[in-house]
Amino acid sequence: MKNFEYFEPTTLAEASRLFAQEHAQLLAGGTDLVIGMKAYTETPQSVISLQQIPDLDGITTDTDNGITIGAMTKVREVELSEDVQEHHTALAEGASEIGSIQIRNLATIGGNIAHASPAADTVAGLLVADAQVSIASAEGERTVPINELFTGPGQTVLKSGEIITQFHLPSPASGSHYIKHKIREVMDLAFIGVASAVNLQNGVIKDARIGLAAVAPTPIRATEAENLLKGKIPTPELLQQAGEAAAAAASPISDLRCSAEHRKEMVDVLTRRTLRYALDRATR
Amino acid sequence: MAKHPVSLTVNGDEHDLLIEPRKTLLAVLRDTIGLTGTKEGCSTGDCGACTVIVDGKAVTSCMVLGVTASGKEITTIEGLASEGELHPIQQAFIDTGGYQCGFCTPGFIMASKALVDENPDRTEEEFRHALGGNICRCTGYTKILEAVLQAAEEIRATS
Repeated sequence: MKNFEYFEPTTLAEASRLFAQEHAQLLAGGTDLVIGMKAYTETPQSVISLQQIPDLDGITTDTDNGITIGAMTKVREVELSEDVQEHHTALAEGASEIGSIQIRNLATIGGNIAHASPAADTVAGLLVADAQVSIASAEGERTVPINELFTGPGQTVLKSGEIITQFHLPSPASGSHYIKHKIREVMDLAFIGVASAVNLQNGVIKDARIGLAAVAPTPIRATEAENLLKGKIPTPELLQQAGEAAAAAASPISDLRCSAEHRKEMVDVLTRRTLRYALDRATR
Repeated sequence: MAKHPVSLTVNGDEHDLLIEPRKTLLAVLRDTIGLTGTKEGCSTGDCGACTVIVDGKAVTSCMVLGVTASGKEITTIEGLASEGELHPIQQAFIDTGGYQCGFCTPGFIMASKALVDENPDRTEEEFRHALGGNICRCTGYTKILEAVLQAAEEIRATS
């Protein structure tokens, strides 16, 4: 690992000022950055730890079961939070799929998102929760919807010095579910990740959201598939149409883990499957 | 590059150190403090050999910068036995033959200890899944799982 200057600012403004310098990197849980530095794919001259900044971690639940999750919250805490499990099930399930327990005790939800891997396991759950991402810098604060955060693999709309501080998940859907398509039980990257969330009212789908990971340069919402579902009574034929529409929205690549064709086919399968689970949860 | 003052409590002993920020917690434990029980396997977080317990949580110490562990309480394999008595998990690994070459053993024992401390009532399947971040190339895992289940039962019985 190349040497670097290490900073532990105690305010966001100071962290932002340091992060705006050339060749600076933010350190959250370190599970991506430290490994990158060992491999010399990351060679920052300064590393700015966020761990001494107060109020960046923790999960708070609002009266409408909306949830606010600090960016420095460990993914293990997201996974084990009863409120997240109950109201934003797809996110808890996604968090539980990351690495191993040892890694989830280090990795943060903010780091998982800021790293901007199209295959991040928490991203599909945040997409279907319609999460709002709070961003701070020395200039002030702004909020970006999660589906507008990513611009490419490893790329986001974050500008120089901007830091993700928290995720706000508004009032939840009545049921959601995430499936990671993988070979190994643990310690695997998603071939694809699919999350669905539905709101049911008197047996009619009032609202549906489908989030797809690792099937495009950025995580995406399958909006055409969502629109097909809205206002309809769920039937196997309807779910099949939604699965096909979600697959049509995917533009995956072939890589050493699997082919683009397989990914597209599995988007169809897993969209139907996650919708079935989400609908089942919504009717319980 | 400046070294940073770091205070660590390791197995109950306080250490005030000056360390380079690029040193991982694993390197600090092994090279600076001299506790070589914790092993370096893959060094990329995949194998779990370097697992230690930081503030009650099992973590892969190869992914932690030593400077970020300042003020924290760390338990390594050297800290488990007390007054010449092995920890029940250590004893169970011996009783069942849950180790062969021994390289993965400290990591398995520390990961298991954190699991048992958190909840000894896990099923075999749950322990198997929860230990998925630790790799062993000798045993085939059967004896390791036996050891963990035996220790969990003993800890349940005495608590």
